Amino acid sequence: MDKEYVGFATLPNQLHRKSVKKGFDFTLMVAGESGLGKSTLIDSLFLTDLYKDRTLLDAQARIPQTLVIERRAVELEEGGVRVKLTVVDTPGFGDAVDNADCWGSIVDYIDQQFEQFFRDESGLNRKNITDGRVHCCLYFLSPFGHGLRPLDVAFLRAVQHKVNIVPVIGRADALTPREVGAMKEKIRQELEENAISIYQFPDCDSDEDEEFKAQDAELKRSIPFAVVGSNDIVRETKEKAFRGRTYPWGAVEVENPAHCDFLKLRTMLVRTHMHDLKEVTQEIHYENYRAQCIQSLSRVGARDRASRMKLSRQSATELPLLPLETEKLIREKDEELRRMQEMLQKMQAQMQQSQGEQSAAL
Amino acid sequence: MAATDLERFCNEEKRNLSLGGHVGFDSLPDQLVSKSVTQGFSFNILCVGETGIGKSTLMNTLFNTTFETEEASHYENAVRLRPRTYDLQESNVHLKLTIVDAVGFGDQINKDESYRPVVDYIDTQFENYLQEELKIRRSLFNYHDTRIHVCLYFITPTGHSLKSLDLVTMKKLDSKVNIIPIIAKADTISKSELHKFKIKIMSELVSNGVQIYQFPTDDEAVAEINSVMNAHLPFAVVGSTEEVKVGNKLVRARQYPWGVVQVENESHCDFVKLREMLIRVNMEDLREQTHTRHYELYRRCKLEEMGFKDTDPDSQPFSLQETYETKRKEFLGELQKKEEEMRQMFVNKVKETESELKEKERELHEKFEHLKRIHQEEKRKVEEKRRELEEEMNAFNKRKLAVETLQSQSLQATSQQPLKKDKDKKNRSVITGNQSGVSLSNSKVMITKANVEPLNCSSWWHAIQCCSCLVKNATWREGFI
Repeated sequence: MDKEYVGFATLPNQLHRKSVKKGFDFTLMVAGESGLGKSTLIDSLFLTDLYKDRTLLDAQARIPQTLVIERRAVELEEGGVRVKLTVVDTPGFGDAVDNADCWGSIVDYIDQQFEQFFRDESGLNRKNITDGRVHCCLYFLSPFGHGLRPLDVAFLRAVQHKVNIVPVIGRADALTPREVGAMKEKIRQELEENAISIYQFPDCDSDEDEEFKAQDAELKRSIPFAVVGSNDIVRETKEKAFRGRTYPWGAVEVENPAHCDFLKLRTMLVRTHMHDLKEVTQEIHYENYRAQCIQSLSRVGARDRASRMKLSRQSATELPLLPLETEKLIREKDEELRRMQEMLQKMQAQMQQSQGEQSAAL
Repeated sequence: MAATDLERFCNEEKRNLSLGGHVGFDSLPDQLVSKSVTQGFSFNILCVGETGIGKSTLMNTLFNTTFETEEASHYENAVRLRPRTYDLQESNVHLKLTIVDAVGFGDQINKDESYRPVVDYIDTQFENYLQEELKIRRSLFNYHDTRIHVCLYFITPTGHSLKSLDLVTMKKLDSKVNIIPIIAKADTISKSELHKFKIKIMSELVSNGVQIYQFPTDDEAVAEINSVMNAHLPFAVVGSTEEVKVGNKLVRARQYPWGVVQVENESHCDFVKLREMLIRVNMEDLREQTHTRHYELYRRCKLEEMGFKDTDPDSQPFSLQETYETKRKEFLGELQKKEEEMRQMFVNKVKETESELKEKERELHEKFEHLKRIHQEEKRKVEEKRRELEEEMNAFNKRKLAVETLQSQSLQATSQQPLKKDKDKKNRSVITGNQSGVSLSNSKVMITKANVEPLNCSSWWHAIQCCSCLVKNATWREGFI
């Protein structure tokens, strides 16, 4: 036996084995106006038929449309690794004639997931926590305009600090390469002008090899990705078959980097940065939410410390489990009561004063 | 009488006569045409669609020129319309082309009111034409007709169906203007998807009762081509002003890494069909439809609003003239009534103010009188007091004189009657007492000047004091000290 060899170099292998056994989960949200190719892209990304039997709404039905949140879960397996993929879809976004605050339910959904996880994490039994938090939001921009629209800006502003945003230009086969470059430039500029923070790729370490660095730099330059999605397989010749869309003037290959950025998106999302997205969600967005949550709770706690003390004697580590809304209501009612009592006291004092004056006058 | 004659004339059977030779009135259409050509034509297109959908590029492609435009921004607060007029010429035909752009359409978050500026603009153009038509001195042949002849509605190529905004807007516009729906940027939809998309759009339009423009099929020359084209609505177009070398010639196209989309290739897009229908075949028909259908509808609604009717209660045909006259009389009558009312009000107000002023005057007068009376009273009182005072002074002087004469008498008498010494002593003392002050001898005691001013004294004691002062300061005659 080699005395110098301790053996913890096998740790990565152990980690690998365990993680394969445990499986992974990933929640992806797609948002954007209808008709930009969201569903087709999801199907192409994960090579499944998530959206096989869906019915689309008529224009008439969409006039007063409100947003609904749809979840579709699917289990994928590749090379022994299991992934539970949940796709959160937002049909009805931007479809109505009056779209004021149509993103409210999206923000509420994200917050809800955070809250659920927060409660689970602070609970007693933490064995089977399901992580429903949204790890990444693919926001589809329209290729038919000149950059960001007011609705896009409003939505991105509302969710930028709650979820990792990856902006994507859908249906990019409407743009020639020159137009694609101009549009990306415009969008990057407008994102900066409006101070919207999207998901930033982590800088690779300086000791990585040159090729990787070059790849990384190129990836960063291509945000937002201009994608084309398709589920149809085109057979040009007996040997050559690819995923794409056929037109009378040619065929777009989905997986051709010269045609669109689909490959880059897939590499980024699935092959290299899936874990990083989860980490950022856990470490930054969730922690922000948690800190905010606890702060607001502790504001309440500072006032009714007495009641809290009683609670904490019963359960040392347990935080009050009342839902936030009723807490707020109770707080408000307390305030009201206090105010009314003060008013009553004042009135009584006044009355006494006036009585005193009257008697003095007499 | 004239009316019945006219009727009889109309109801007579028209006889067809055959001509013996060539008369020449078959050149009438040519005359009409040459007249129109010299006059020039005008055509107005309204482009409605989202920002960046390709409206300006399509216009450039259709008319093969570059109309100067800058890229529109997405951040307009409300929809506004931007009309621009250009003069084009082809062979010897002049065309005054007006392109109206709906800037900012579909960009706002709340699009409830997006259609309103468009509808208002169309109505304004109709209104202007109506005003011109109703003028007394009008020059319709010179009038630059700005009524919209065709509205090209650009549909976003989502591949699914119409957007809710499209449906709402087209419903509002279909009774005011000829709508031709177009699928813009059609190089992003494949052939099968396009077919389904077109069917979906047409079925949605039909089920919601939107009337789009149908190419006319009653004229035999163009009936066939028009009916074929009607089946291809909405046209899926691609616009481009860039030229790409295909084969050995330059064509207008868009170059992609996977192929080249040629604008004028029928199998690539419907641009050629649109150009045929819009410009080469049906331009005149579009203008006619606008004038006879949409404008007449507007005019009828507007005039009915104003109160005109075609027949009066006795169902005798009313002429516009008479209705106009009655309306005018009514209007003038109303104006007069209003004038009267205002005058009345004015008169009333004036009267009121006058009476008020009079009141005030009277009051002032009264006050003045009152004050005067008081003044008089006071004066009188003072006069009285003065008189009293004078009398007192006179009385005092008389007594003094009397005392003096008594004294002088007593002095004379003292040499005879020493018994009166005491009296004299008294008198002497009196005299001496008197000598120190005022020296009196004769009765000519000069009092101060005759014209005594009324003394402003509050009491008679005070008055006496004043008088004694005056007496002291008096100017004496006969050398009294």
